[in-house]
Amino acid sequence: MLRIHKAPMLAGALLILFFPWIARQLPTISHYPDLMVFAGIYTLITLGLSLLMGYAGQISLGHAAFFGIGAYVSGVLSTQFDCNPWLGMLLGAAVAAMVAVIVGAPSLKLRGHYLAMATLAFGIIVNIVFREEARWTGGPDGMIGIPGLSLFGLALDSAEKYYYLVWGIVAAVFLFSVNLIQSPAGRALRAIHASEAAAAAMGIPIARYKVIVFAYSAVLGSLAGSLYAHYMNFINPATFDLFFSIKLVIMIALGGMHSIWGALVGAIIVAFLSLEWLHYFEEFEVVVYGAILLLVTIFMPEGLVGAPAKLMARMRR
Amino acid sequence: MESLPFFNQLLQFIVTGLTIGAIYAMVAIGFNIIYNVTEIINLAQGEFVMLGGLVMVTVHVMWGVPLPLAFGLTVLGVTLVGVLLDRLAIRPIRKPSVMTLIIATVAASIIIKGVAMLIWGKSPYDLPAFSGRTPIDLGGVIIQPQYLWVVGFLVVVAIGLTWFFNRTIYGKAMSACADNPDAARLVGINVRHMVLLSFALSAAIGAVAGLTLTPIALMDYDRGAMLAIKGFGAAILGGLGSFPGAILGGLVLGLIEALSAGLLSSGYKDAYALIILLAVLFIRPSGILGNLEVTRFKRF
Repeated sequence: MLRIHKAPMLAGALLILFFPWIARQLPTISHYPDLMVFAGIYTLITLGLSLLMGYAGQISLGHAAFFGIGAYVSGVLSTQFDCNPWLGMLLGAAVAAMVAVIVGAPSLKLRGHYLAMATLAFGIIVNIVFREEARWTGGPDGMIGIPGLSLFGLALDSAEKYYYLVWGIVAAVFLFSVNLIQSPAGRALRAIHASEAAAAAMGIPIARYKVIVFAYSAVLGSLAGSLYAHYMNFINPATFDLFFSIKLVIMIALGGMHSIWGALVGAIIVAFLSLEWLHYFEEFEVVVYGAILLLVTIFMPEGLVGAPAKLMARMRR
Repeated sequence: MESLPFFNQLLQFIVTGLTIGAIYAMVAIGFNIIYNVTEIINLAQGEFVMLGGLVMVTVHVMWGVPLPLAFGLTVLGVTLVGVLLDRLAIRPIRKPSVMTLIIATVAASIIIKGVAMLIWGKSPYDLPAFSGRTPIDLGGVIIQPQYLWVVGFLVVVAIGLTWFFNRTIYGKAMSACADNPDAARLVGINVRHMVLLSFALSAAIGAVAGLTLTPIALMDYDRGAMLAIKGFGAAILGGLGSFPGAILGGLVLGLIEALSAGLLSSGYKDAYALIILLAVLFIRPSGILGNLEVTRFKRF
């Protein structure tokens, strides 16, 4: 669980690198780079959330709030203050980190149910603020005209260019997270998950570690939000509601909570589900998500990433 | 409203607050019943309330079944959903942990919500008030007859549960499971049945809350989550697991919400209750009537 092999990472990087080229060859999937932009944005959030939930064992039902904070800070700063989008992104991340520490420090002392409900309440409150502060956020209708991004004078104005930006960031964050997991900090997080009392007895400052991981996941969520806002050029509160927080949990649970690969797999699958495949289900969509989440929890608690190993173990027996 | 003297307006807010607080109290009691037996927080609790309202609309308004019978059928129907929830979502989990149980009840809640949307659509439904809508004027304060029904049902539920847990063999068996499931098993109590019973009972109470609320505030498929989290707020405020605490917490939360929405800003109506919830969690997670020492010994 702590050791992460290099070969799949290399294969994944190559696949990401050549995917737009492959998509261009096949007309039926030529719009997939656009979907992969969203998948990459979701992956950024789940990479943080998987560290928080899978490695540190703390549940969050309010991470859509941080996604929203990033999007709205970027949106408001770039449309109303003519702020440089990159600077806005950094400021958004700073705000998210600050909020995470303020909310996290008392919340993370709580365990289990209490923490889940605290994050749930926090997420709903933030969403209400997005709806009510119409002067800044445009209220329930949202805000339009958020500028796109450009890098060294090159406007990232196509799905393919944005794809490389987003997945470049995802790759960097992935490598950073891998290093984090394999460092003493990562082992400390695992220890906290296994038993808080034992971890504390070994001298691990559990409160500090939990807050740091919470803030790290908030920063990633905010970063994803900024990227989303500058890609869509439009945001509204409905994107950052409770259901999105639950969707993030579905991504983590489906991919596999205890592996960083699960964050990647789950985010990509749910992105394709919600933007492409579940269109056939229309109104049934919510029921399908619920069913997926329930079935995974009951029959596949290790998620898709953990399933093959489990199957092998059962076959060998 | 502007012409009303301030004092009357205040009394009006208090009356509405206590009514909505009685609903939160019933939701909180539902949380407590399941929590006491299983130590699970059932995040689908709000869906029972939503179903109570919408099933009643179908049975009473659409099928034209007379009120008392429709009431019974609705409570029965929602109780069945509670039983299914335990059998299909909770019991099959092989290695229950807080995280998997929370996720399972979240999954169940969005399934119930999704199915409700397919059946009833997205528009809100009204239900005729149980004894008409002629308001009772009490010295300038308007009281809807339905308000009295809501508070009355809270009293009935509270007395009924006190009797059930103290006087009946099933109630005592459930309390035993809450204290110590292993010891309960040793004296021959079927813990699984008691867990099932707790889900059934809390679904029934949720249904009562929903069908008494609907004539006041309408009902639609999407109301469950907010009702659940406010009911949980009430349970936490009073002290998780405590029945008197649930009633006290519910009424206080309803009052705070009605007063702050009326006197401060109504746009943030839903936020106040949640801010109270967060404040209680941060400052005194054991609530007003709860015991911190006891919470420490809980498994989750």
